[in-house]
Amino acid sequence: MATTSSRFLGRVMISPAVALLFIWMIVPLAMTIYFSFQNYNLLMPGVQEFIGWMNYEFFITDPAFLASFNNTLQLVCGVLFITIVGGTAIAVLLDQAIVGRNIVRILVLAPFFVMPTVSALVWKNMFMNPVNGLFAHLFTSLGLEPFDFLSQAPLASIILIVSWQWLPFAALILLTAIQSLDQEQLEAAELDGAGPIARFYYIVVPHLSRAITAVVLIETIFLLSVFAEILVTTNGGPGYASTNITYLIYSQSLLDFDVGAGSAGGIIAVILANIVAIFLMRMIGKNLEK
Amino acid sequence: MRQSQLLRQKIVYSILAWTVGIAIFFPILWMVLTSFKTELEAVATNPSFLFFDWTSENYHTILAESRYFSHFWNSVVISLGSSLLGLLIAVPAAWAMAFVPNKRTKDVLMWMLSTKMLPPVGVLVPIYLIFRDFDLLDTKLGLVIVMTLINLPIMIWMLYTYFREIPSEVLEAARMDGATIGSEIVHVLLPIALPGIASTLLLNIILAWNEAFWTLILTAAKAAPLTAFIASYSSPEGLFYAKLSAASTLAIAPILIIGWFSQKQLVRGLTFGAVK
Repeated sequence: MATTSSRFLGRVMISPAVALLFIWMIVPLAMTIYFSFQNYNLLMPGVQEFIGWMNYEFFITDPAFLASFNNTLQLVCGVLFITIVGGTAIAVLLDQAIVGRNIVRILVLAPFFVMPTVSALVWKNMFMNPVNGLFAHLFTSLGLEPFDFLSQAPLASIILIVSWQWLPFAALILLTAIQSLDQEQLEAAELDGAGPIARFYYIVVPHLSRAITAVVLIETIFLLSVFAEILVTTNGGPGYASTNITYLIYSQSLLDFDVGAGSAGGIIAVILANIVAIFLMRMIGKNLEK
Repeated sequence: MRQSQLLRQKIVYSILAWTVGIAIFFPILWMVLTSFKTELEAVATNPSFLFFDWTSENYHTILAESRYFSHFWNSVVISLGSSLLGLLIAVPAAWAMAFVPNKRTKDVLMWMLSTKMLPPVGVLVPIYLIFRDFDLLDTKLGLVIVMTLINLPIMIWMLYTYFREIPSEVLEAARMDGATIGSEIVHVLLPIALPGIASTLLLNIILAWNEAFWTLILTAAKAAPLTAFIASYSSPEGLFYAKLSAASTLAIAPILIIGWFSQKQLVRGLTFGAVK
């Protein structure tokens, strides 16, 4: 029973959080929108004027935009594919009665806790380096030419590194989902005459699909913003071969000091992320009603 | 006979699972092993797996540089500071939404979640300029503020899902006994919700420790946490594999330990309660 005074207090208690998040989100976002219509370069102080949609035009027609849009798409889809397929396989495997399950679980989960700069550098130097990397040694011992991963297949190499980081997440969420499957429901279905295929299709798949959707949406939010892995391995190169939208906006804003174009790119990134976010929010919102 | 078949199945699955587990863990294992090699052995053409001269020299070298400690300390201050500050703001908010909900509570929760969907590049330029103008670039204070705000929605959500599981009768009973709302929160809610609050804190420490967008962009030398310090090894300096490995091992060790303790809560926190 909520009294009037406790209701008032509730509002007082929640207001710092609401106010802070409002300031954090609305003020900078409004500034980004404002800058995106300005000709504003940090190297040319004093020159700042309204130029309409020019920054957007400049950003979208830049060949780098198309390349990095493509790369972002490939990065997100590639990592999603690897982590969902691999994660499901690992989750099913870990759900079996195996010796030392808790230890295997810890081993599988570990990469998720490694900071992005460490995992990117360990992979770059100690595995993918064409002279001293472990892969190079392996290739040479098999009589093959060492392969220079990060200059010959930069995007694929980054997809590999990022997949390694996110595989544990997918596996853990899917394992949790598998383990929360209601065994009684399965048995009841069996008693009612449902065959193994029907049981899998009508009970297991709907149950897992929810977890898979959650993994896809949450990973996408993070994968759209992959940054450190690119910064420390390829710097987006060679050319724009491994530049994603996040990295492109970073380099335009803070390396070329073009605040206007960088802001226009930022707004485009916000729109892209929102398309994913709408689906995610709808799913979580439904959960809230239960 | 059926039993021996089950046993055989268990052995096959176990071998398979262990192979997968070790393969996934291998890069970390290799890094830890390399950290105990000499630089020469670390780049040997025939790398040795276990039979090399184990040395702790790299750790001595890394720790002898005072630089390492200051970056480590920055990581501690930023992740712990932002998590504690976040709790201070998030606990009252989650309490309000869980125990005195009104018709807008759901919208507020969803709106808070939506701030987490905002890609950081969307506010990169303004935040950078604001930090420049307020002299917050390369300060621990600036990063504590940013980390608190980016993780606040996750904290509120996690606490909310924990608080909602507590029957409100428990709190009402305390109120009947004459407890004020403040003492109700401190003396009744917090002790009951302690496990939930602890795991919220741990998850936030992990997220803040590993955050590698704002920490790389907003710091230079002074306030750089370990993420940014390790990133500096992307220069040719990183070709000193053994030292890179030692620095990296020290950087991830605390979080690996915390992470293993909070793996169950991780699911709830990262999916905003969508998967439990």
